[in-house]
Amino acid sequence: MNRRTALKAIGATLGAAAFAQAIAPLTQWTEDLTIDDYLQKHYKELSPFDLGVVMARMEKETKEATGVDVHIGDYRPQPGVKFGYALNLSVCVGCRRCAKACHVENNHDRPSGNSYIRVLEMQKGSLDLAKGRVNYDHAVPDAEKFYMPVQCQQCDKPPCVSVCPVEATWKEADGIVVVDYNWCIGCRYCEAACPYHARRFNWKKPEVPAAEINPDQGYLSNRLRPQGVMEKCTFCLHRSRQGKLPACLEACPTGARVFGNLLDPESEIRWVLKNKRVFVLKEDVGTQPSFFYFFDV
Amino acid sequence: MSNPSSGPETQARALAPSAPAVVPAHCPHTLAFHATSYRRFLWKVVCDATDGSAWFYAWMILLTAFALTGLHAWAVQVRDGLVVTGLSDHVSWGLYIANFTFMVGLAAGGVMMVIPAYLYHDHEMHDLTIVGELLAVAAIVMSICFVVVDMGRPERFWHMFPVVGRFNFPVSMLTWDVLVLNGYLGLNLHICGYLLYMRFRGERPNPRWYVPFVYLSIFWAISIHTVTAFLYSGLGGRPLWNTALLAPRFLVTAFIAGPAFIIVLLFALRRFGGMRLTERPVQVLVNIVRVTLLINLLMVASELFTDLYSGGAHTASVHYLFFGLHGANALVPWIWSAVAMGLASAVMFLRPGVVGHPVWLTLACVLAFVGIWIEKGMGLIVPAFIPSTLHEIVEYFPSLVEWQVMAGIWAWGLLILTVMLKIALPILRQPHPVVP
Ligand code: SF4
Ligand code: SF4
Repeated sequence: MNRRTALKAIGATLGAAAFAQAIAPLTQWTEDLTIDDYLQKHYKELSPFDLGVVMARMEKETKEATGVDVHIGDYRPQPGVKFGYALNLSVCVGCRRCAKACHVENNHDRPSGNSYIRVLEMQKGSLDLAKGRVNYDHAVPDAEKFYMPVQCQQCDKPPCVSVCPVEATWKEADGIVVVDYNWCIGCRYCEAACPYHARRFNWKKPEVPAAEINPDQGYLSNRLRPQGVMEKCTFCLHRSRQGKLPACLEACPTGARVFGNLLDPESEIRWVLKNKRVFVLKEDVGTQPSFFYFFDV
Repeated sequence: MSNPSSGPETQARALAPSAPAVVPAHCPHTLAFHATSYRRFLWKVVCDATDGSAWFYAWMILLTAFALTGLHAWAVQVRDGLVVTGLSDHVSWGLYIANFTFMVGLAAGGVMMVIPAYLYHDHEMHDLTIVGELLAVAAIVMSICFVVVDMGRPERFWHMFPVVGRFNFPVSMLTWDVLVLNGYLGLNLHICGYLLYMRFRGERPNPRWYVPFVYLSIFWAISIHTVTAFLYSGLGGRPLWNTALLAPRFLVTAFIAGPAFIIVLLFALRRFGGMRLTERPVQVLVNIVRVTLLINLLMVASELFTDLYSGGAHTASVHYLFFGLHGANALVPWIWSAVAMGLASAVMFLRPGVVGHPVWLTLACVLAFVGIWIEKGMGLIVPAFIPSTLHEIVEYFPSLVEWQVMAGIWAWGLLILTVMLKIALPILRQPHPVVP
């Protein structure tokens, strides 16, 4: 072995050692990963049995990590149901209890105060979003203003769904757009595509104190989310698909919110659509929302 | 490490005793022959890549240090989450995707060497096409790296693969991008590898095995950047991107940045790599940049006119970018420096004798290159998110981690490029095989 080869060998050894040092944080990170988790198939490809196994595993993991007994259910769309939401801007007072209820119901990260709902304080006489603001902090309502909560519009032509490269997000038969948290690769393309700022990314692992965890969870909705994946409003499908109302509606003190089955002619939402002056946000972008706004006039 | 006493011809004959004494062009060899000869080729490649002057080692060590720092920063980001970046739900793409976009452009621009060489049969350019293609290879690898570091769950990369994953084709533009980028990488690897292997063996390359691929790569280069532009321009909710001019603008800027980089690279190769370089190829590249620079300025002016003259809420991003909005103005210095660099380089490039002044030309290239890097990043990706779709203004400042990861990927790309050029240059320096 000549001097040059020896030097090369030393260089290579040093390089390998430095490389191992550099990637050391990855080894700490993989301690949390299990092979089952890594190889888990897409929600739609899991048989009912497999899905049962997966959900049991997740319940067990939550128990180990937090000590809380949670129940994760797989709630499927009901036949003949297409959900719609309507919101009465004449009575919304901007108290943001809906946003708070969403935060609690959906096991959102506590430090960031995350919620799927943003309430815009708008200038009367204009629907120009540029004239609204979300970070108002004074007694509500302000007589000069009106209030417009915005959450996922469960679009019929959802751009967030078409852009996803791995089909980790899709529109279900009852109109709810969902995310498979275990399939999303965290590219955030859908977040860039959504015209309503309705998607939320888990920039870090959400923190929820054990005592505050909502134990009634849905696989596709409010179960504890992993780090690095996308999430969004699901009209509380773990509630609505069992005939209950979304948490934001129950929390609203003024009755501004109307939720129901668009396919049922007797439903309250159909009555609103028929009798009120209804509009959708950003109609021009062609997303065809299932979320409607109206005024009492 | 090549042995000058045994020419490539003799090597070929020694390896294939059954072959006729004089190897004719396009002589078919047996597989066994290729197995041995290819092994020798690879060995030479490894030797060439790891041998060099003290300067070469210093350069490689420097790049390795940067690459490892970036790797470490990325490892921390994977462990702790993208929270360590400056990104947010409002500005969900930043430095990484900006660099990704730019790199795709650089890769497409690399092929600019190929067009004059093959479409116009400019033979002096033929050797240099390999330089452009190697640049394309490095740039594609870098752009793929930039996508990977942007992922929240990089370990789930396999979800993107057809068959085992769920490949949202043809609906998602991102799956198209994966396809065309990998296709382009394969194309360029094939062309370079084949030509270099043939050169190493001292045989004339068989046009059947590369000329169709060369033509294909020209169209492919355009497709990679067009698809990348469609990735953005297809989003109706982001007015800044939702313009038909985006794809043409991408291409034009690519055809500035690519040749500008190659000009500087050629100068560097002449200085440090002992490459022969005549004025002619540089002149061709300068001519390309002259035209594309002007087209780009025209396009930018047209877009600004539509945005600023007609006014309206959808122009808020442009206002934010150039003048700031409601007191938020983080991008203003960036974009104006990009504009200044673009104009300065345009003036310098348009001077008649610019080719004769390597120092000025290098400066002009650097200015053009950096100007476009800013325009594609801070000037295109970030402002589309500000104001957000609900018109909130949340600004974005890349974090140290992001800068480190970015520098790491750049270093990694330069490392790949250096090694590939190191391998290619000695082979290119061998005399051309006799033209029959
Ligand atoms: S509001 Fe956004 S997230 Fe919801 S369905 Fe429409 S595009 Fe998707
Ligand atoms: S972030 Fe997840 S859901 Fe959104 S586009 Fe990317 S993979 Fe799909």
